Formats: sequence, structure tokens, C-alpha cells
Amino acid sequence: MELLVSETKLVSGSRWLLFHTVAVFAFLYLPIAVLILYSFNKDGVGGFPPHHLTLDWYRTLFADGPIWDSVLNSLQVAFAAMVISLTFGVPAALALERAQFPGKALFRRLVLLPLILPGIITGLSLLMLFNVMGTKLSLMTIVLGHGTALISVATTEVFAGLQKLDRAQEEASLDLGANYWQTFWRITVPNLKLPIIGAALLIFTLSMDEIAVSFFLIGRENTLPLEIWGRLRRGITPEINAVSTIIFVFSLVAIVLWYRLRMHGEGSADVGTEIINAGEGSAI
Amino acid sequence: MTTSEMAMTSAADTVSRAPLLSIRNVAKHFGKNVVLRDISLDVAEGEFLTILGESGSGKTTLLRIIAGFETASAGEVWMGEERLDRQPPYRRRVNTVFQSYALFPHFTVEQNVAYGLRVAKRPEAEIASRVKEALEKVKMSAHAKSKPSKISGGQQQRIALARALVNRPRLLLLDEPLSALDANLRRQMQVELKSLQREVGISFIFVTHDQEEAMVMSDRIALLRLGELEQVATPREIYGRPATAYAAQFIGHTNLLKAEVRGGVARCGVLMWPAAFSDGPALFSLRPENIRLNAAMAGAVRVRGKVRHQAFHGATELIRVECGDGMVLVVRTSCSGGALDEVELEFSPPDAVMVRESPERI
Amino acid sequence: MFSRAYKAAVTLPPLVWVTVFLLMPYLLMFCYSFWSVSASQTIEHSWNLANYGQLLRVDVYWQTLLRSMWIAARVTIFSLVLGYPLAYFLSFYAGKKKDLLYQLVIIPLWVSYLVRAYAWKTILGSDGVLNTLLQYVHVTKHPLEFLLYSPFAVVLTLTHIYTPFAFLPIYAALEHIPRNLVEASHDLGATPGQTFWRVIFPLSIPGAVAGATFAFVLSLGDFLAPLLLGGPSGIMISNVVVSLFGAAYNWPLGAAISFCMLLLVVSLLFLSERMEKKWSFS
Repeated sequence: MELLVSETKLVSGSRWLLFHTVAVFAFLYLPIAVLILYSFNKDGVGGFPPHHLTLDWYRTLFADGPIWDSVLNSLQVAFAAMVISLTFGVPAALALERAQFPGKALFRRLVLLPLILPGIITGLSLLMLFNVMGTKLSLMTIVLGHGTALISVATTEVFAGLQKLDRAQEEASLDLGANYWQTFWRITVPNLKLPIIGAALLIFTLSMDEIAVSFFLIGRENTLPLEIWGRLRRGITPEINAVSTIIFVFSLVAIVLWYRLRMHGEGSADVGTEIINAGEGSAI
Repeated sequence: MTTSEMAMTSAADTVSRAPLLSIRNVAKHFGKNVVLRDISLDVAEGEFLTILGESGSGKTTLLRIIAGFETASAGEVWMGEERLDRQPPYRRRVNTVFQSYALFPHFTVEQNVAYGLRVAKRPEAEIASRVKEALEKVKMSAHAKSKPSKISGGQQQRIALARALVNRPRLLLLDEPLSALDANLRRQMQVELKSLQREVGISFIFVTHDQEEAMVMSDRIALLRLGELEQVATPREIYGRPATAYAAQFIGHTNLLKAEVRGGVARCGVLMWPAAFSDGPALFSLRPENIRLNAAMAGAVRVRGKVRHQAFHGATELIRVECGDGMVLVVRTSCSGGALDEVELEFSPPDAVMVRESPERI
Repeated sequence: MFSRAYKAAVTLPPLVWVTVFLLMPYLLMFCYSFWSVSASQTIEHSWNLANYGQLLRVDVYWQTLLRSMWIAARVTIFSLVLGYPLAYFLSFYAGKKKDLLYQLVIIPLWVSYLVRAYAWKTILGSDGVLNTLLQYVHVTKHPLEFLLYSPFAVVLTLTHIYTPFAFLPIYAALEHIPRNLVEASHDLGATPGQTFWRVIFPLSIPGAVAGATFAFVLSLGDFLAPLLLGGPSGIMISNVVVSLFGAAYNWPLGAAISFCMLLLVVSLLFLSERMEKKWSFS
């Protein structure tokens, strides 16, 4: 294989490596492609080849009341969760990056734990908390669940942004007469704009898709993933394919947007990996 | 004649035997950006050649083409009877000392130095003795078991050198290896490198932007500017007989005199001296140390001037003298011990060396 | 550099929230695990180790846990096998296309878990796309039953979901390897293959450990894929917990299992961190 362009020219590339890469991408995307294809299939979710292609299922979807109710619920939850996560996640990042206090190591691990911990544990422990406190399960409890679990996302994103921030700028501000609060609002926060927006976007998307924690905390009203889940237990129709396709498209757009935002400041290797490293506590 | 050919005609012919390395009409561009234009250069066996140039001159690119990390857009590179540029870097009998040393962080000093030998599957006993010898040569035997992160920059540099030399390459490439060192260490390493090269007898191609370094260490200097060779000559020749205005100014200080030659006499402002060249405009380089103060030499060209500025440089002083018509000459003297005002300057006509223009290139 | 008031303002709110909504729930779960449930379906706060005793004695819990670990192990291995060469290709061979390809890898990562698990369900069923395709091209006459409602389906789906997770830290580690080390290796006579094993791979081990840890921990605790695709033979430990909080109504026992899982995960993270530090050279 003629090697593809690279700064370090590795002469004698490997055919197998390219083949493997293509195969993995196929593995990752074919199921989704099939899903999308069959959302247009008249005869159901299975069977090959798909015969009559139609938009009927999308029409059914748009007329489906409960689904749209759940979409509305999900949107409300996502916004609220976003607010909570950012409200507590941004200061948490600042605290971790700047301050020294007893129990900091424990705090750090605790904040980042929900990222790597299976959702069931976080969900169940919150369930027990609400049970003991006598709180009824509702959208509110889901908001609290998402908000708590996703603080870690806000923290890692903002933390990375803080590390990129040139301390000298803040010192210059203090030198020129601004106090700590003014410096914070005039210098620090504007520099964190991109990471915060990126975090918001990511939190919103993750909340919309979230199912593991929500599973244990729902009351009478469903979020979108849980509504779909309920349908699945009853029987599957291409309508579910249709709503899945739409979810996929929205997620795709959101993630690409988020990625573009992050690329403004860093190389691609860092994008997303603080979140992964966070589970190890090694980024922070 | 091409520029390269003209640049080489003024060089002493050191390449009388068959050259070790022959760079023939090599050019390189990255997209629209032309980095090297038509470079032809021969490197002799056992020679210490420096490729000297500013950043952007293409010197690192040229080195990387020889090492094999870039392929030339045009031209060929030969080593002996075979074409070097057709081979991947791991088959060339060429080794490189990287600017950032590039020591493997997960290997000890010893393992780093042994790397090339291990890869070549040499017997362990041979590896052990050659590595020991290499470490002794660079005076790093005591640090054999250390990791690179634990030793200083200067020490890392020596290890990088040992790692390259232990493989007994036919040619060693050094990419600004001393640029990260502080001034004193740098001077010390210059001497050590030079004597090391004499000792092992391998050809060194040394890349730097520091003209003083180039003069101190090299057998020959290849001055590179914007992708073309300005001049290839020994340090003394480049200094004493610079081929172009750029060469004259880049290496050491000089006064550039824009003169008009008519009837064997060059005229520049108030200065006039015999110059056996054809009529027309000509550019002359006159080194500050070749201008004397109040010396009364025979056959010298004299001019009076007023001292505008004196700069103390330790062993010498650099004096700026205004000599009528706004012409300013820079003069180097050993310390005069006092402020000067009106002075009489003199120089011998042969010291005014004619140089070619160095046009602005895009 | 920052005043105490500022520090307090910045540290206290998250500290309080995290204590209330993270630390206390875990502690509460710990407490629950010592209680028991009475015949009349109420929680009795009688402190004892009965639940843990049950875990140790009753076979089904042990077996399920081991099966879960075996499934998680397979998912981890496959994720690494798929993810590592992918990361290597992107980092060293992809050149200008690197960025685009990277986005293509992380997109599935953030697209709904449910969507992807559901997709596999529709593909693997006896009337699903794969089976009907195979029959259509006459490779098989009857649907392959093992494709769905089996551990196979769970492993396949979880591999699909967690391969990008495994990819990310490996890619990051590979990207952080200075390219001049690769050049130096070539310069010293090593072919690309030798360079990979002697230089690149050793320096990427922390990333591989991180990737393996994520894949293992996340798939171990997964309950959705088994529920959708696992069938009776594909039940994992989390499903047991879910049923204990649902139909089987024994919160304390469920809490005990959950807490054990929590401990297991935290220990794995700790171990993994130690390993990464050991293999980190920068």
C-alpha cells in the first residue's frame, strides 16, 4: 500500500492495517445504517431485502402523542440538568485547579466517579436517597440524577480549559488594579466561554440519551429513551427505527458541533479524552 | 552557470578524491512553498561540513532529505556508487543527532545507545563492548543505567551522539545539536565535537544558524540562503573572500561599499581606490578590522571622519565613523583607551573585496 | 493567589452538592446492605451481615457474577483488538484525514446507547436482517438461533458500544508519542515493524490499560444490553440487582450486590491507575 500522507513518512505501509480500519468503521456504522434503512421499510424491522420503502413510519411518528410528550420531558430535563451540572461543575473545576483544601483528592475522585461507574450504581444509590428522604419519583428526581452524574463532564471540560489559560493574563489584571472578583468575571470567564459552551452541548446531548440512571428514577412521566424502552417491551415496529434515526441525526449534529468548538483550542487527541482520563483521575 | 556552480568555483578544491556524498540538483517544495532550489553539493570522506543558514533557509530540510525523512521533489542523492534517496531511512548508513535529542524515554542510557545494534541483531557481547566504548568516548559511562529524564540537556546531547556513532555510520548528521545549550557549555561542546570527529574520522554534516560556530568547527561551510547555496568554501575563504553581499554580512561584520568603477579606479562617495575590474557599478566588502586608525601605512587609502559611536566589546572596540556625504564606516580596533573624536581612517585596496549582489528573493 | 472568600465560594457549593447527592447515596447504599426485608415487604433496619452471607452461599449470584466478568473480559479483548490498530492507523498513517476519521470514531460514542443496542436487536433476530440476508443468499437454510438472546449477542453489542471507549485513550497515548522518536528509530535502522514493537507500543501501554479498564468496568455493570438481547442465558449481575429492586423486592440484598460492584470497580480503577503510572515514561 502506498502510504497515505503523513509528516513522518512510514515507508512500507500495511495493507492489513487499512483493511482493519475499514472493517472497524463498517462494524461501527453498518448497524446504524441498517437501522436508518429499515425506518423506511413498509414490512417491519427485519427481513431482507427491504421491499417497499415508505415514509409511513415517520408519519406515524409525528402523529404519536406520547412520544412527543416524552420529547418535551427530555428537553426540560436536559436543560435543567445542564444548568445544575454547569452551576456546580464550573466551580468544581476551579476548585480543583486552583485551590488546596483537605479532602481534595477524595473530592476529585468523587466528582469524576459517575463517568466511569456503571449508571446502575449511581441510579440505585440516588433511588435509596430519595426513598429515605421520602421524595416521590418524578422528572425532578431525574433532573437531580442527570445533573449530579454530569457534573463530571462540566468539570473535565472546564478544567482542560483552565489549564490552557495563561496565568499571566490574570496576574496582569491584578497588577493593573482589578480585584479577584473583577478578574474572574472580566478575564477568567470569557476565556472559559468555549469550554463551557462545549460542556453545555455535551451535557445536553448526554442527558437526552441517558437511560441507565433514569431507569431507576422515573415517576409517572417518561423521558424519550424510557418511552422508547417501554415500547420495546411491547413489540417493535419501524416507528422506533424512525425515532432512532432522528435521534441519531440530532446527536450527530450536536457532537460535530461540540468537536469543532473544542478544536478551537486543542489538538484532536485531547478532545474527549479528559472525560476518559477522568475515570482514572489522571487528567486532574 | 547555475548559482550553485558559481558558488562553488571560489571554493578550494577539497574534493579531489571521490566524494562520500553527492547531492545533485536537489529541490524540494511543500505545495506552493519552494524550500530548496537546485542544490548540488559534494561531501568528502572525513570532512566536517557545516550547512549554515538562517531559519527558513532550508538547511533542516536538506538534512532531512539526506537522512531520509523527506523525499526530494527533484534531484538525486548518491553515496558512493549507490543512490541514497531511493532507500528508506533504516537502510541508509547515515545516522542523525536530533535537535531535541529524541532519546527513548522508556530505555536507559545504555539501552538507548545499544538500540541500533540490537535492531541489527548484533551478538550481545559485541553490543556490550561497543556501547561501553561509545559511552567512554562521550564521557558518560557513569550514567549508563540512568533514564534520559534524569540527566541534563548537555548530557542528553552526548548520549544522542553516542547512540548515533556507535553504529559506525559512514556519515553523521547533526541538526543544530548545540542550540539548546547555554553559551559556555556550547563552546565546550564545539571543541569536543570537533576533536571527536577527528578521532573517529567520519564525515560530519553539521547544521547551524550560528556563523561563529560554523567557522570554529568546519572544514568547509555551505552557506544556504532561501533554498540556494550562496557559497561553499573553507571558513577562511568565506570570511576573507565572500562571494556575495549576503555572505559578507552574514558571517562577521562588514562595510558594504556601493562603488562605481571607471578606468581601474573605484569610487564610493569620498573614497577612491585602485580596482582592476571592468567599468560599471560594483559592490565591495571591507571588513572593519581591515580599516586602521591613524596608522600612516604606505599605499593606503585615507579618509578623515568624525566618530559617531563607540561600542566596547571586551577585546576590541567597534567604532562608527562618519566620513562626509553621510557615509558611515564601521571600524574595529583593539581598545584605544578613550573617547575619540576626529580620526583618520586607512585601508589597503586589496582588502576591499568585490562581492556579487544578493537580490531579494521571493 | 486567590482570596479565601473566593476559594470558599468556589469550593463549597460543589462540595456540598457532591456530598449530598453522591457521597451520601453511596453511604446509604452501604447501610442498606446491612438491613433486611421483612415478610410484609418493608425494610427492617436490623443490622447484620445476612445479605453478604447470602451472596457468598447462594450459587446463582456467584455464577452470574462470574459470567458477567467473563462477558466483560471478552468485550474488553475484542474492543482492544478492534480499537488499538484503529488508533494506530489514525495516529500514524492517516495524515490529513486524521481529523475527519477521528470524528467518525467518536460520533457513535455519543449516539444513544439505546439506539445502537436496538439496532443489533433488529439485526440479530431470527427474522432479523442478518438471518434473512443469509437465507436470501442461500448461505443458511434456517435462522441461526444463537445470534440473539444469548451471551454472544451481549458480547457483540457491548463490543460495538465500547470499542470507541477503548479507542480514545489509546489514540491519545499514541498521539503524545513525539514523532522524532519514530524518526530516530528509523534512523538507527529499525523498520516500521520493529519501531512499533520497540518504541511505539511500550509508550502506548498506559493508554491501552485505560482503554481496557473502561471497556471492562462499563460492560461489567451493564444491564440494558442483557435485558434487550441476552435472554435467560445472557443475564448479567446488574440484571439481578435490577430485579431485586423490582419484582423480587429485596432492596437490601440489591444494595449489597451493588455495593460489592462499587468496591470491585473502585479497586479495578485503583489497580489500573497503578499500572498506568508504572508504564508511564514521560
